[in-house]
Amino acid sequence: MHELGIVVHVINQIEKLAKENKVNKVVELTLEVGEVSGVVKEYFIDAFNWAIKKTEYMKECKLVYITIQGISYCEDCKQTYPTTEYGKECPHCHSGHTYLVTGSDVVIKNFKVE
Amino acid sequence: MSDIKTITVNRSAYADNDLEADALREYLKERGTFLVNLMSSPGAGKTTTLTALINSLKDIYRIGVMEADIDSDVDAISIAKNTGVKSIQIHTSGMCHLDAGMTKSGLDGIDISDLNLVFLENVGNLVCPAEFDTGASLDIMILSVPEGDDKPLKYPLIFQKCDLVIINKIDTIGYFNFDFKKCEETIKMRNKNATIIPISAKTGQGIDQVKQYFIKTITNWKEK
Repeated sequence: MHELGIVVHVINQIEKLAKENKVNKVVELTLEVGEVSGVVKEYFIDAFNWAIKKTEYMKECKLVYITIQGISYCEDCKQTYPTTEYGKECPHCHSGHTYLVTGSDVVIKNFKVE
Repeated sequence: MSDIKTITVNRSAYADNDLEADALREYLKERGTFLVNLMSSPGAGKTTTLTALINSLKDIYRIGVMEADIDSDVDAISIAKNTGVKSIQIHTSGMCHLDAGMTKSGLDGIDISDLNLVFLENVGNLVCPAEFDTGASLDIMILSVPEGDDKPLKYPLIFQKCDLVIINKIDTIGYFNFDFKKCEETIKMRNKNATIIPISAKTGQGIDQVKQYFIKTITNWKEK
């Protein structure tokens, strides 16, 4: 369900841009999906392939799904570490004063049109 | 052979919603309607808390409620019956959250011209509602004691996003392994600006504190 909500937002943006650019059809879409964005890749792809059938420009659109690693930064020791492995606690100095730098977003990189 | 061209976007999937939410916040500010987004997991006591809170605030503000659910209208009926304020039900048609567009449609549906405080009771869920900005000026979540004190560790985003965390069903704390202090610490670790208020919507404990929080927050918002 969660994946579907994001898919709908992505598709609406692409359909709008496709119309503005007066394209025939969108053949490929590249997305960067963060490891800690809460998106399950398999569900996302299923939802995408279901939802494009109802679009005007994206019926045959291929999805290129790039996973972006979650990286956190520690405010105490000023080092970074992989988030999914260590969570909120810094593995270098065990501080909890950390924040996520990358990996929480879903970014539309580009799309190919005919 | 046909020509294939690449169009670069480089924009977050949430960007269009964020823009819509900002526009909605500005529109509501101009009209003087304060919108509150209330989130929690199913069963944390959103509707009971809202009923108690509305009854304590309805002499001060002209209140409306939008109930968002995947299906049914039991919440809207319950709120209308127990508080007497205007309420509508929004169906999300299977979606697990509300976005700014749906919120705007709900506001148009309830007609906010005579309202200065509107509550949006979001779909019961700790994940998706946190990701989509609704355009509200205040984000609140309710965590209830039986859910456990580890929820801020498991669902960090919603705790990061909320201005106020209400800990409900505090009257049952003796029956559960809920460490209030530990819970408070983990919430503060994720969001040092969060206000935390323990309440019992059933007994009325803490409702006055939430009421005072609202009066202060809305006064500050008006002056901004």
